[in-house]
Amino acid sequence: METVENTSAELLAFEARLAKDEVIEPKDWMPADYAKTLLRQISQHAHSEVIGMQPEGNWVLRAPTYRAKKILLAKIQDEGGHGLYLYSAAETLGMDRAQMIEQLHQGKAKYSSIFNYPALNWADIGAIGWLVDGAAIVNQVSLQRTSFGPYARAMVRICMEESFHQRQGYEIMVRMMRGNAEQRQMAQDAMNRWWWPALMMFGPHDKDSAHTQQSMKWKIKRQSNDVLRQRFIDKTIPQAHFIGLNVPDPDLKYDEENKSYQIGEINWAEFQQVICGNGFCNHARLSHHKKVHREGEWVRQAAAAFSVKQKQKQQDLATAMA
Amino acid sequence: MSENKNDQLPLWEVFIQKSNGAPIKHAGSIHASDKEMALQNARDIYTRRNEGRLLWLVPSNAIVATVIEDEADFFDPADDKPYRHPSFYEVPEGVTNI
Repeated sequence: METVENTSAELLAFEARLAKDEVIEPKDWMPADYAKTLLRQISQHAHSEVIGMQPEGNWVLRAPTYRAKKILLAKIQDEGGHGLYLYSAAETLGMDRAQMIEQLHQGKAKYSSIFNYPALNWADIGAIGWLVDGAAIVNQVSLQRTSFGPYARAMVRICMEESFHQRQGYEIMVRMMRGNAEQRQMAQDAMNRWWWPALMMFGPHDKDSAHTQQSMKWKIKRQSNDVLRQRFIDKTIPQAHFIGLNVPDPDLKYDEENKSYQIGEINWAEFQQVICGNGFCNHARLSHHKKVHREGEWVRQAAAAFSVKQKQKQQDLATAMA
Repeated sequence: MSENKNDQLPLWEVFIQKSNGAPIKHAGSIHASDKEMALQNARDIYTRRNEGRLLWLVPSNAIVATVIEDEADFFDPADDKPYRHPSFYEVPEGVTNI
């Protein structure tokens, strides 16, 4: 990675490559701000995958059936794997994983605000898969064409794996909506609590988004927050109606002509509050991550010690043979 | 830096063969302290859905690579040898199976 931003010739060549839709690789020349933006975005994405394991982990021991438990475990394992793909992609820009985790612990790096909401009933696991993963997929499908190679390749792999997440979530919602009145109430309750936070996942409106313009220019971002949010809305609302779920938006309108839904005002004050650390679970999520990281330290030390011992053994063997 | 600064395990590149006879392709990278952990981590991270039948793990620092800035110079020996391609040759009209 080249960080010295001196010659405009290099910058022009870089921009010419982007104009041709070329993919930028870690060792290619890139503007320092391009690398910085990517590091911020990829590490935030990686942290989100890992922190996202927590609301679901809460339900592993309470899953209603063995089948549901196996599925939930597989999904959580995927999220961990996705975090690892993304940490690897970020590492190619020269920051190691320990540093990224330290930034998370210090509050310098963020993760998606959505995971600061609690998973209160079993239908929440359905809503998370269907709505939260559904929103993430819309964003991630678009990012498969992001200009930085390692990020784009991680996205391709993640999208392939995530489609099961959304379906299993919808299946939970379908089953609960076909259940008794109480189960239907639980599903609607989960819908009411997750719908708006899912829409907020796409970030502020384009006109208020600090990073969108530059990111679009560099093709880190391929489509804007509002375009992606609208795509999610138009895909998801018919799925809600199909199983009898109401969309908790009194101002929702269907635009016949454009075959598109118009939603009411998003509560951005709530979004800001959660980002600033005042969500339901901000403290719990971060302190849990710190605790697990601390408790895992002996495992990391043991692995390192084992590797030193193995190397010593090989050396001894080589000496003995010589 | 914190206590965990030095516990970054060595980096390995993961290559997967999808099926019998297929080329062995790069899939991504993982961290591991030794060969066995590298194989197991690669399995758990890259082949949870039977993506492959064979894994190669290579320490990342063992890989030698070209750089894109040198692309034109490095590969130019091939630039002026169109006769290496079948389309270079003229085949008389009417001749088939060649």
